[in-house]
Amino acid sequence: MISFIKFIGRYSIELFVFLGKMFIFLVDSIYYIFIPPFKFRNFLRQVRFFGNKSMIVVIFTGAFSGMVLALQGYYALNKFGAEALLGPVVALSLIRELGPVLCALMVTGRAGSAVTAEIGIMRITEQIDALTVMAVNPMKYVVVPNILAGIVAFPLLTAVFDVVGIYGGYLVSVHALGLSEGTYFSQMELYVDMEDIRIGLYKSLSFGLLVTWICTFMGYTSGYGARGVSRATTNAVVLSSVVILLWDYMLGAFLL
Amino acid sequence: MIEIKELYKSFGKQQVLKGVSLVINEGEVTAVIGRSGGGKSVLLKHIVGLLKPDSGSIFIKGQDITKLKGIKLDEIRADIGVVFQGGALFDSMTVYDNVAFPLAEKTKLNKKGIYERVIKALSDVGLQGMEYKYPAELSGGMRKRVALARALIAHPKIILFDEPTTGLDPILVRSIHKLIRDTQKQYGFTGLIISHEIPEIFEISDRVAMLHNGKIVEAGTPEEIQKSNNIVVKNFIMGIENGGSDEERTS
Repeated sequence: MISFIKFIGRYSIELFVFLGKMFIFLVDSIYYIFIPPFKFRNFLRQVRFFGNKSMIVVIFTGAFSGMVLALQGYYALNKFGAEALLGPVVALSLIRELGPVLCALMVTGRAGSAVTAEIGIMRITEQIDALTVMAVNPMKYVVVPNILAGIVAFPLLTAVFDVVGIYGGYLVSVHALGLSEGTYFSQMELYVDMEDIRIGLYKSLSFGLLVTWICTFMGYTSGYGARGVSRATTNAVVLSSVVILLWDYMLGAFLL
Repeated sequence: MIEIKELYKSFGKQQVLKGVSLVINEGEVTAVIGRSGGGKSVLLKHIVGLLKPDSGSIFIKGQDITKLKGIKLDEIRADIGVVFQGGALFDSMTVYDNVAFPLAEKTKLNKKGIYERVIKALSDVGLQGMEYKYPAELSGGMRKRVALARALIAHPKIILFDEPTTGLDPILVRSIHKLIRDTQKQYGFTGLIISHEIPEIFEISDRVAMLHNGKIVEAGTPEEIQKSNNIVVKNFIMGIENGGSDEERTS
């Protein structure tokens, strides 16, 4: 019994230490965002990196999400004779929920993992130490551009995801299921408000911050050797994915 | 110029430095020798402020750097160059960008000025024409030379070398050592070399200190070290495993 309590105690302490370190890391990163010199080129390079790495997979996932939503939505709506509402169902599901979440999950797997691995390798090959001894703050040089790039790139990629998804839904609805083109888009225009788009934008923006925070932290604190980096990368992807889903629910409950 | 006083450092239960005291004179090359895992690299990381000791102090230019943080520590670091064990070159950058990095980040030199300095530094280390290669395309010896060029480019007053020749063949070891000696004569920096290249290290050092079991057991000129009666030093130079207790060995 005592050993069990010891185990719980030790585990809790480790958890709090870990969360504390993560929080301090975030506070440090936000602090360095506002301290010059600003690494604008690094920021642009990372925006390109996120976009370049993830665009194809985002387009692919977006298209099939929209298509399957249209297919399943039609089946459900047909039971009530409400097929005309297929456009708004596809658009609202994508814009408010699936777009930000699926896009964030995809970008995490594609670019987030690469960010963790890159920073982890920089850590184990002493490149981070080299920056430090050259009096170049590694938080500012490596971490901040990634976090800022995530905040900018996630909403942009989500917007691409939403648009592609809506067109995927259009293809299935109009060309496969025989819904009229006018109905699909006019009903969408009627039911989708600016507020819905804003909620989706806020979500993707917060996912951008969360994912880049977790992925840079995991890389920055990566253990030694190939195993250390591989573990950091796995942890970054798993933790980011769980946090995306958790945060999505919390935000949904708060914003609805 | 660098004075290390009673430095202690533990990682968990393992005590790595057990009261290291050492003076590194200005304009000289001091070598710290000792067996692998003896705390030599840990000592070097303390000198540049990458690690903080449990107790003890390190004075550089009269300031105890173990007590410094932030900008004050960066001001001291601006005068220090480090050649890391594996080179620590930025693998996403070309050789040129790696060498230019300290100038591009920390000085107001224009592109032309940086270009001239980089070309000169690369030619000093015998790597002309390699500017646009990536570190992954270079051999181990070339990478060490690029790391040396990067450490030299800002003309620091102190350069710390963490095993600059480990893993290289004897010819390259000599060539890197010659390079260190030549550049030291040219720029006059204070050098600290962590090494276990015996006897080559004696040729390029003004002073040698032996770190053993977390303490400096002997320090002196290369001649004094080679003639030392200390059994630990003798055995290390001859490549013989030590026997007996630490007390016997260090007495």
